[in-house]
Amino acid sequence: MVEDRTLANRIVDIVIWVVLGLLALSCILPFFHVVAVSLSGRAAVSAKLVGLLPVNMNFDNYAYILGNNQFLGSFGISVARVVVGVVVTLLLVVITAYPLSLDRIHMPGRLAFKIFMLVMLLFSGGLIPTFLAYRSLGLLNNFLVLILPPALNVFYTIIMINFFRGIPYELAEAAWLDGASHIDVLFRVYLPISLPAMATIALFTAVSHWNSWFDGIVYISNIDQWPLQSFLYSLVSTRRIEWQSASGSLDFQNATPEGLSAALIVVAAVPILMIYPFLQRYFVTGLTLGSVKQ
Amino acid sequence: MIDNTSISAQRQLESETPQIISRQKRAFRDVWKQHWMLYVMLIPAVILLVLFQLYPLWGISIAFVKYNPFRGLAGSEFVGLQNFIDVFTRPQTFEIIRNTLYIAIGKIIVGQFTAVIFALLVHEVRFRPYQRLVQTLTTLPHFLSWIIVGAVLITVLSGAGPINSFVKALGLPEIGFLRDKAIFPWTLILSDVWKGFGFGAIIYLAALTQINPELYEAAAVDGAGRWARLRHITLPGIAGIIVLMACLSLGNVLNAGFEQVLVLYNPVVYATGDIIDTYVYRVGLVGSNYEIATVVGLFRGVVGFILIVLSYWLADRYANYRIF
Repeated sequence: MVEDRTLANRIVDIVIWVVLGLLALSCILPFFHVVAVSLSGRAAVSAKLVGLLPVNMNFDNYAYILGNNQFLGSFGISVARVVVGVVVTLLLVVITAYPLSLDRIHMPGRLAFKIFMLVMLLFSGGLIPTFLAYRSLGLLNNFLVLILPPALNVFYTIIMINFFRGIPYELAEAAWLDGASHIDVLFRVYLPISLPAMATIALFTAVSHWNSWFDGIVYISNIDQWPLQSFLYSLVSTRRIEWQSASGSLDFQNATPEGLSAALIVVAAVPILMIYPFLQRYFVTGLTLGSVKQ
Repeated sequence: MIDNTSISAQRQLESETPQIISRQKRAFRDVWKQHWMLYVMLIPAVILLVLFQLYPLWGISIAFVKYNPFRGLAGSEFVGLQNFIDVFTRPQTFEIIRNTLYIAIGKIIVGQFTAVIFALLVHEVRFRPYQRLVQTLTTLPHFLSWIIVGAVLITVLSGAGPINSFVKALGLPEIGFLRDKAIFPWTLILSDVWKGFGFGAIIYLAALTQINPELYEAAAVDGAGRWARLRHITLPGIAGIIVLMACLSLGNVLNAGFEQVLVLYNPVVYATGDIIDTYVYRVGLVGSNYEIATVVGLFRGVVGFILIVLSYWLADRYANYRIF
């Protein structure tokens, strides 16, 4: 790259660096504040003295949360939801994308199925008809309501179809000549070379399952069956903190309602931070088709 | 003469038609014998689509009855279009549609603009580690749920939060980010842009890295300055992606961000912050007014579907983008 070393150019460079630095800081400073609140002592939190660094650092908020059965239960449900959800989604997406990707095989009805799938997934009857349908299917207060409805994701299926299309047809043909069935070809030939696409889908599915909360509060009325983020919503939305027993108890003198909420936020964000480095590697693949949010 | 041949050709076609069908049938039988497994593989998807997408559509009929919760849909009285008349004669309906459009379009315009500018700025930085650091930090909020981000925003933007403490220290009046009707829609728009601009910029940055560096070198040799290179090389390089994103964003015009609004709004700002999705949730599920919520939800579903199809059509037409 050719560089101009004029003064004006240097100044432009410095301005760009500063602007980008400020934008980057704006994205993390609010989270620093929350972490600081979660680690601060009672007096400082109540007097709103906490800025970006903890005052009177202690771990009482975390100690209380980690001993709370409702938190542990909802955390476990979130973990179960991510694990089961990722496995079910991957299996379904792979098994659906395979027949749709084999353009060389004449398959009557393939186009009709694609159109049906696309229309079904893009048109929704609305919240109330969906709620009543799930109720009559016996899905209310059922763990499966968190797993099955979002399992067939149209964008992931399209990503997978396009990936399968890029695999040389001769590979599959050779396997068929050796007597392999479609299942063999899918699981022994296609999947081993589709790991990047599968990793993308697995990571994005894991994030969306971990972050989902609306289905929890709508379809599950029993609070003990809520995933972590639904539990967090009930604290945020009502701004009512059911931690009275914690405030002022002898074991956790420094626990405060604000501090406990902050600690919960931190704990809910940590798993995302942990897989974030892996997510970054698959941004572009996951993004090209996901631009319409619905 | 011409007529005769065409008629005879037609006759020939008619006599051949049964044969074609039987040939097609035979072809299908062959496909089935060889590739029945392909059809079996689609069964799980069909079951899920039928149960969770097709079957609920039957409930749309609630829009045409006076719903009786004890007798169910079959025992409810048919009222024709009365529910639609009720919904579309209420001023409140137009208020939530207006709010939805205002917030969603604001997010699309400000969001895309910010993402493009940000991508261009990052592209100007020649020091790779700094590029990567800035991208890592700005992309992170996209992956956190609106619950987490919303809880953080409530802490930071509330009357006693750090921003208002600073504002009050300057002797200025408190800013009601979450309580002032005039400000709240912009709290929604700007916080959404803040959460998403880093992720939104990735697609532009990916396009920017595709630009041939030799173009810049050749331009520099010819004496092109920074602005000239931006105008004649960089911008044309991402113009295609900008057009594509503009087309696709049409599909989001009714998508004002349900989860975000549900976390951040409160009764004080319903007049400007209540959107179609939150209205359906509150009136339908919380208030058990099924008919009204179904009508409004159906309106959103139909218009939203048309917009998405239109956006794909535009993207295909103007940006050569096909989903299948």
